[in-house]
Order: sequence, then C-alpha cells, then structure tokens
Amino acid sequence: MSNSPLTPGIVPHRLSDAALAENFGDHVPPFDRHEARVAADRCYFCHDAPCMTACPTGIDIPLFIRQIATGTPEAAAKTILTQNILGGMCARVCPTETLCEEVCVREVAEGKPVEIGRLQRYATDTLMEKGVHPFARAAATGKRVAVVGAGPAGLACAHRLAMKGHEVVILDARGKAGGLNEYGIASYKAVNDFAQAEVEWLLRIGGITVRHGQVMGRDFALADVQREYDAVFLGFGLAGVNALRAAGEERSGVMDAVDFIAGLRQAGDKGAIPVGRDVVVIGGGMTAVDAAVQSKLLGAENVTIVYRRGQEKMSASTYEQEHAAAAGVRIIHNAAPVAVHGNGAVAEVEFAYTEDSADGLKIKAETFRLKADQVFKAIGQTLKGAPEGLMVQGGKIATTGAGRTSVAGVWAGGDCATGGEDLTVTAVAQGRDAAEDIHAALAAKG
Amino acid sequence: MADLSANFIGIKSPNPFWLASAPPTDKEYNVRRAFDAGWGGVVWKTLGSEGPPIVNVSGPRYGAIWGADRRLLGLNNIELITDRPLQVNLDEIRRVKKDYPDRAVVISLMVPCDEESWKDILMRIEDTGADGVELNFGCPHGMAERGMGSAVGQVPEYIEMVTAWVKHYSKMPCIVKLTPNVTSILPPAMAAKRGGADAVSLINTVKSITNVDLDHFSPFPMIDGKGSHGGYCGPAVKPIALNMVAEIARHSETRGLPISGIGGVTTWRDAAEFMALGAGNVQVCTAAMTYGFKIVQEMISGLSQYLDEKAMTLDQLVGRAVPNFVEWQHLNLNYVTKAQIDQDACIQCGRCYAACEDTSHQAIAMSPERVFTVKDEECVACNLCVNVCPVENCITMVEMEKGALDPRTGRTVGDYADWTTHPNNPSAQAAE
Repeated sequence: MSNSPLTPGIVPHRLSDAALAENFGDHVPPFDRHEARVAADRCYFCHDAPCMTACPTGIDIPLFIRQIATGTPEAAAKTILTQNILGGMCARVCPTETLCEEVCVREVAEGKPVEIGRLQRYATDTLMEKGVHPFARAAATGKRVAVVGAGPAGLACAHRLAMKGHEVVILDARGKAGGLNEYGIASYKAVNDFAQAEVEWLLRIGGITVRHGQVMGRDFALADVQREYDAVFLGFGLAGVNALRAAGEERSGVMDAVDFIAGLRQAGDKGAIPVGRDVVVIGGGMTAVDAAVQSKLLGAENVTIVYRRGQEKMSASTYEQEHAAAAGVRIIHNAAPVAVHGNGAVAEVEFAYTEDSADGLKIKAETFRLKADQVFKAIGQTLKGAPEGLMVQGGKIATTGAGRTSVAGVWAGGDCATGGEDLTVTAVAQGRDAAEDIHAALAAKG
Repeated sequence: MADLSANFIGIKSPNPFWLASAPPTDKEYNVRRAFDAGWGGVVWKTLGSEGPPIVNVSGPRYGAIWGADRRLLGLNNIELITDRPLQVNLDEIRRVKKDYPDRAVVISLMVPCDEESWKDILMRIEDTGADGVELNFGCPHGMAERGMGSAVGQVPEYIEMVTAWVKHYSKMPCIVKLTPNVTSILPPAMAAKRGGADAVSLINTVKSITNVDLDHFSPFPMIDGKGSHGGYCGPAVKPIALNMVAEIARHSETRGLPISGIGGVTTWRDAAEFMALGAGNVQVCTAAMTYGFKIVQEMISGLSQYLDEKAMTLDQLVGRAVPNFVEWQHLNLNYVTKAQIDQDACIQCGRCYAACEDTSHQAIAMSPERVFTVKDEECVACNLCVNVCPVENCITMVEMEKGALDPRTGRTVGDYADWTTHPNNPSAQAAE
C-alpha cells in the first residue's frame, strides 16, 4: 500500500485492506435470535398501528413482530413479503426513521422506536437463508406482460403478475437486475451481494424472463412491446443527472455521484476504487450522503457535503445526516457552487452563500473556496428516454390510479413515474399495485 | 434506618429475610456465604431419616418460564430432599450455628409418617444448636409418592398428628410448612394449629409442568425423553401465595397463628406485601437462585427506606392489610369509578381501545386522529384498560363523588352499601 489519506490527487488504496473490510462491512449488523426476541417484545401490538399506516407497502408490522416474538420468523417473513416482495432490501435501506419507526408509539413516548427495520431483516433473512420461496403461481392465464426496468418497481410488478399466472418478460438496460438496489445503494447497506441474492430468490416464483442490455429507444421501442405483449409496465427509473451549471464543471475530477456509488458497489476490491484527498459533494439527498460517507470510508482525508439550502430542507434524513457526521463528513448549508477552479483538473470549488427566502433562493455576493481534487455532483436525477406520446408531468411520467399512464395498456411506477417519494419501498408499492391493476384489466378483457 | 430485627416465634434474626429450605441452604458452604451476604436466617434444606441418602436425577432438575429477555418468571423443580448423609448435615449445622449465633438456623425435616421416625430424627438434631424445626409437608414431587411431603400436607389429620408428635418429643419451636396443592389452605392450617404448631410457613411449590418439548413430546424438565411434574415457584406464584397467607391471617380460627411467608418473594416490596397480609417474616429461594445471595442487600435497604418513609416499625407493618382483606359480599357496591385517560401521557397505541372494544364494554372511543376517550355511559370501571396500557398512570380510575349521577346506570352515587343488603340479593338482610 503506497497511498494514504494524505496522498494528493485521486488515487486508489488509501487504506489497508483490513481497514476497508471493516469500513465496508455490514453497516447495521443483523439481530441474532435472542436480540430479535427482545426487540420484538418491545412492540405494543398497537390497534390499527401507526407504523402500518406509515409503511408505503402497508406491511402488517405488529403481526410480523408478534410472529418473531413467538419464534416463527418464517411466518413473519411471509407477512412482510406478501405486502412487499423486496422486504429484505427495504429492511436494509428504508429510511425507517422517517416512515414506520418515526410514528412508532415508543418513538413518540421514549424516543426509542421498536427497531422495525432490523426485525424485518431478521425475519426475511431467516426465510431466505432457508431457501424458501413462500409464494406459488396461479394457473397460467396465457397473457404476457412486458416490464421495462428490473429495479424495485419492475421486480415487484413482475413478481405479482407472475403470481397471478401471467408470463412476464423484464427488459433491463444493465447487465444485472436490481436497478438501484444493485447500483445505487451504499455498499455497507447491502453487503454480501444481497441485491443479487434477493433477485434470484424473487425469480424463483417462475414465469419471469429477464433480458439484459435492453435499452428502450435504442434496442426496442415502446410500440414494439405494446404490440407484442398484452400490457406494459414502465419502471426504468431516472437515468439522467442534473448539471451543476457552474463554470468549469467540465474539469477532470468532477463526476456524477451515482456513477461513483455504482462503481463501488460493483467493485470486488474496494481499494481499487480511486478517491480524492479532498472530496466535495454537492447536493443534499441520500445520494450525496452515500457518496460522501463512502469517500471517507475509502480514505479521503477531507470530505465536505455542500447544500444550497438550509439543514431542514435536506432530503437526506436526520439519521443519515448524523451518520455522515459520525463518519467524519462535514456538512455545509446555504452555499451554492458558482465555479470549479483548476488547471485542467479541479483544484478548488467556489461557492456563494445563499439565502432561502419566500421569493426563492438568493445567491449572495460573498463567496468562499473549498480545496478539492474530486467533486461529486449529487443534485438529483432526471427522467431520460421517456417514450414519445406519454404525458410527462413535473419531469416524471404522469400516472393516475394504480400507475396508469396517459396511454391505455401502459402502466408506470417507481422513480420514473409521478406519485410518492423516490424510495425503494414506494417503488415496490407502485409496482405491486400496478400489477394488481394490470391483472384486473387483463381479466376484464378476457 | 429502620430496625429490621425480627423475633419470629422466639427465633431472633437481624432481619426478616430467611432463605427457604432448598438448594441454597443445602450445605455449610452456601449457608456461610449467605450469612456473610446478610441473610437473617436459613431453613436448612430438608433432612431425612438416617440411612442411605436419597438419590436425585442426573438430568435437568429445573424447568422455567421466562420473559422475552430471559427474565426468570417461574421455576419448577424435581429435586428431592438432601442427598447427603444425615450426620454430615448435622455436623455442618452445628458448626455454622456456633459461628453465626445471631442468625436463625431452622432445620427442615421430612421422615416417614410414623411416630418412631419423628422421635428419632428429633433426637438426632437436638444438640446441633439449631433454633427450630420446619416440618416439610409441602414438597409435591418424588417424596410425596413415598407418603411424605405434600402427601402428609394434603391430609389435615396427618398434619395434626405429626405436629403433635414433634411438639411432644421436642422443645424446639415448630413451623409447619404447608402445600398449596389443596382445595383450601384453611383445613391444613387449622390442623397445624390444633397439633400445637408455633407457626405455619407457606406456600411450598405448586404441582406443575412448565412446558412441553414439542419435538420430543415430553413434559419439561425432560429426563431421557420423559418428564414428571415438578414444584413451581418464583415470581409467578406470588399471587397464589399472598392469597393463602391472607386467608390464614384473617380467618377466625387461624388468626394470630404466626406465618412465615413464602412464594415468589423477589424484592423488598414483595416482602412488605407478604408482611402486610400477616406474615411475620419471609423466606426466599428462587430470587436467590436467580441472582445470588447479594439480593438481600436490596431487600434490607428497600424495606428500611419504606418503613422510614411510613414512620412505621416492622411489627406495625405485619398484618396491617389484613382487616382490609374482605369477602366480595362486603365490597361497597356504591363505590363508582370511571376510567380517565390523560391525553398528555397517552402515546396512542390503542391497546385500551382494542381491549375494551373487543373483549369488554365498548366504553372507549377512537377518533380518526387516534384520540382515545372514555365513554362514561358505558364504562363499568373494570380496569382492563389500565392493565393493558403500557404507560403507567396514563389511565386512572377516578372516583365519582357521592351524589353524582352515574351516566351508565342513571343512578346517583350513594352511601356504602354491599351485597348483603342489595335488593337483588335473595337473602339480603335488609332491603332498601
């Protein structure tokens, strides 16, 4: 190991293999059986529980926790997976602190919620480790549905459709299924290649074919799949990335945070991923936090997140912000990038102070500079490659009801569609609900 | 700090906390350590007749009931009386008593139900210096099948007979230990009194099967694929024990008979409750077996603090709740309370609603905003909502003032009146 956190430039192997293994190990370790029972015992089995209402997929949380408490985590897993087929990943990546755990009555009462996410992981891991797939397909309907995108929305939709007896073909742009579960989540949140294991487990329902390397608009058109299949579900996410709109943005060393995160996830040897000594991440969401924390974990000396608005406007949850701070990431609020300086490669980023007022964000005259040899842009993803003829609203495919687009026979869900937050769990709910709607529509057609 | 020294039927101890006859008092090593830890007395684990000692199983002797975090709530055992030679026990008792003259050392005894056996064992223990004897008429497993323990305790005539023998052949204070495995605790207690017992101690363990191994289909503790009933003890049996102690304390024929309270005493508070219901001291076993001897320090400090706060002596505590332990027919039927939910304390779990709506009187309303309120016109004050509420003092029972209108019954709250005078009672003494 020749490099250290102090080595200038964007270089690999800043930390020893042992340190990297520690840094990229399981972020929140799984419960063992006893820990799970103790955690489960804290659940009050609330009537019409607030946690259930807060869960976008409507998991019967008190019931599954009681099933854990009574020593039947497999039954608990089925309760979870019936509502959310990607319950295993959601247990790892859901911002539970702003969903189920935020409204847990014990959070309200004591500031310590029942650890629903970790309990969910205990249940789903137990079932998946046993290699059990607890769902079976209904009799074949003879109907065929195309699902564009093998992310959470597409997978959830495909599974539910397959369960109903339909034949499903998933067309996915990437080399592996999973979408952001595979490419967009911090490595330490889904260790041991969990995303792929979950996809394999999900596909065991049967009746689902995944075709990789299929980009809509390049390899096929919406009209093709409309013609060939009885229904189409679009769940291809947001493939575009917003630009900084700051002078010098093209300098080397400036890159998209999503590419960095995806590269890390795919890297067998994390140490081979080069990272700067002084890293600046621009943005205020989960992508910014994931890029910043992982830069630190790779051995960057200084990592700073800069967000143009105040702390209260950050879309990364308080929990995530605290996680970043604990990892040693500095977070600067109310500053917007105005220029990227350097001689070829980035050397500094210049920010102007901002003021968030009722009239919008005002850029002030006063600026400051941060030393940087690597800059990650994490200021949001955009809809890219939406087929012509589909109504788009606010940068997303417009949907009504259970994911119905403006075109009959075409449904959409997940990040590419309107409605709900851009979360894995929301995508799963939308994919599932669209599948139910597709099933009803196909049944009505006869 | 309150004076905790106790004088129980003439047996003095620096505090009222004794270790019950059980594994913790099986031998000199344990008892010395118990006394060093602060225990006021011990009842030495039950001695049997001279001869080859009894034999215990070498598989598990205990079964248990736990809370989620493995908190031991109930323990069940199939251990028998001492399995060490009689003389070894006697020599140890003598040595211990000599070194700890201020502590109570009582010897538990269990021998076959004939006069010679009792006469013989009493002679053997006479010169140990022990302070008294406790007759083990309670053990419900193993020894009972051989005509001893609870087999004696379930037949009042035998209790009386053996107690009389003991009083005849020995001058030592005699405590009769009662089994709860009876329909009523009163006949055995009365028999002990008739036989001349100086005190009764109760309860011994409750016949029980803690659980069934659902893979091997055997009761637990399981010995080579089979299980036998054991004796249940620990916090789970305390309510049963409290009732039995209180029944003896209040009954006209047994009132005044000293009681050593046993059954799930785990904290100073448990001890105080037993004493308030008439126990002159308490005996502890499961708590010590769970946490070790050191717990007595908490019992001592806790009871002292309580007595200080109440400005009460130990003697004033004993039996203080007995006059308030009445039969149902003497409860005031004109005492009306209504549940009241403190909205600031409520965490909106809805357990009170589920319990009341599904299983009780539909007396709690739930608004779309999850605000839970009591419907006074339906509330019978059953207290179930209080019991299921996870927040202490969030739901309380508020007494209605005399003269107020109870919206449930449409009647005003009146003066004390119980069932004995109620118009619905066919044998009412004086109807309104």
